[in-house]
Amino acid sequence: MTLLSQLFTTLLQTLLDLIPIIAIIFGFQIIVLRQKIANLKNILLGLFYVLLGLGFFLVGLEKALFPLGKLMATQLTDPAFIYAGLESIPLTLHWADYIWVYLFAAAIGFATTIAEPALIAVAIKAHSVSGGAIGVWGLRIAVAIGVATGISLGTFRIVTGTPLHYYIIVGYVIVIIQTMRAPKMIIPLAYDSGGVTTSTVTVPLVAALGLGLAGTIPGRSVIIDGFGLIAFASLFPMITVMGYAQLSEWRYKRNIEKPYEQENK
Amino acid sequence: MNRLFINIARTLLDSVRDLMPIIVVIAFFQFVVLKQSIPNIEDILVGTLFVVIGLALFINGLQMALFPIGENIAYAFAKKGSTVWLLIFAFALGFGTTIAEPALIAVSAEAAKVAASAGLIADLAGARDSYAYGLRITVAFSVGLAILIGVIRIIKGWPLQYLIIGGYICVVIMTAFAPKEIIGIAYDSGGVTTSTVTVPLVTALGVGLASSIRGRNPMIDGFGLIALASLTPMIFVMAYGMVVH
Repeated sequence: MTLLSQLFTTLLQTLLDLIPIIAIIFGFQIIVLRQKIANLKNILLGLFYVLLGLGFFLVGLEKALFPLGKLMATQLTDPAFIYAGLESIPLTLHWADYIWVYLFAAAIGFATTIAEPALIAVAIKAHSVSGGAIGVWGLRIAVAIGVATGISLGTFRIVTGTPLHYYIIVGYVIVIIQTMRAPKMIIPLAYDSGGVTTSTVTVPLVAALGLGLAGTIPGRSVIIDGFGLIAFASLFPMITVMGYAQLSEWRYKRNIEKPYEQENK
Repeated sequence: MNRLFINIARTLLDSVRDLMPIIVVIAFFQFVVLKQSIPNIEDILVGTLFVVIGLALFINGLQMALFPIGENIAYAFAKKGSTVWLLIFAFALGFGTTIAEPALIAVSAEAAKVAASAGLIADLAGARDSYAYGLRITVAFSVGLAILIGVIRIIKGWPLQYLIIGGYICVVIMTAFAPKEIIGIAYDSGGVTTSTVTVPLVTALGVGLASSIRGRNPMIDGFGLIALASLTPMIFVMAYGMVVH
C-alpha cells in the first residue's frame, strides 16, 4: 500500500512538473501560432508514457538505488572502513588510503551516466541529426567516461584538500585548446553534454558521496567542499566528448590515407 | 498484437541493458569490497523493476511526444517568421520550466538554511522563505534568458564557443568576489535546471529551429541551448549572493 501511495504522490508531482511546460507550449501553439496540434492523439499518449515512465523511474530510484548507493557512499568514506586493517586511525591521512573511494566514484559515475534518461535523449537526437556519424553508444560512453574521471578526481580533491578552482581552471584551459582543434560539428554537442549529465540519477548519489567525504575528513567543510563534485561532473564530459570526436576523425583520416599510400608504392 | 509485444519486450530489454552497469557496480562494491549482503532485498528488487519499466516508458514517450512537440513548435515559429514572438516563447519556456522544478525548490530551501546558519540573513522563517523565493526567481530568470540568447544565436548563426567561454571566464572572475557560501550553491544550480523533461524538449526545439532556418546546420547551430542554460544560473546566483548578502 505504501508503494502504491508513493507511486501516486510521485505521479502527481511529475504531473505538476509537466503542466507548466505543456501549458506554455500548447498555449503558444494555439493562441500565438493559431495552429492545430498535429497527431494530437499520439502526442497525448506519448505524454502519458512520459508521465508514467518518470513516475515509475523516480519511485524505483527512491526504493532501490538511492538508499543503497547512499549507504555505500557513507560506508566507503567511513574511517572505520578505510583504516580497517590498522590498530588505530593515523593522525595524518594519506591520499592512497582512499583508493576504494576513487574507484567507487569512477564506477558509480560511469554507471549512473549510462542510465541517465536525458543523456539517452540527446544521444538519440545527435545520432539522427548527424546522419549516424555520432553513435548513440559512442556518445553515451564518452560522456560516462568524462563523468567517471570528473567525480573520481573530485573525490581526490576533497581528500587532499587542494583548491577547487585549480582543477576547474586547468579543465577549462583544456576545453579551450580542444575547442580550437576538435571538429567544428562536435563542439555544441560536447558543451551540451556537460549540462545533461547532472540530471536525475547521478546528482543524488554524487552529492551523498561528496557530503560523506567532506563530513568525515578532518578540516573539510560540508558547505564548501561537499559541493563542487557536480562542477567536475559537468566539466569533464566536454573534454571526453571532444576527445571522442578527435579520435574518430583521426581514425577516419588514417583509414583513408592507408589505401592511398599503398597505391603509391 | 504480436508486434506490439515484441516492441515492448525490446524496449524493456534495452532498459535492462542501460541499468546493467549500475547493478554490476553496486553488487561488486557491496559483496567484494564492503563484504555485506543486500539489505531489504524485496524493496531493491521491486525498485529495480520499477526503474526498468519507467525508463522503457519514458524513452517511448520521448520519441512519441517530447521530440515532435519541440520540433513542431520550432517549424511553426520559423514558418510564421515572427522573431519577437519566438523570443517571448523562448524566455517563457526557460522561465516556466524552471520556476516549478522540484529540484530547484529543494536546493533553494537548502541554500536559505545555509545562508541563515552562516548569519548572512536573519534566521527567521520569513527571511528564509523570501531568500529562497528570490533565488528561485533568479535561477528561472537566468534560464529564460539563456534560452532567449540561445535562440538569437541560432537565428544569427553565432559560434557557441565564444558565448560559453566568455561566460565561464565571467564565472571564474565572479567566483573570486562572491561570498564563499553561495559559490557551491551557484555551481550546483547550473546542474539543477536541466531536468529530464526539459532537455529533450529544448534539444528538439534547437535542432528544429536550426534545420528550418536557411544556412544553419542542425549539428553546429542546433545544439548548445542546454550548455547556455547550465551556465547562466551560475552567474546570476553569484550576483544574487553579492547583492543580497
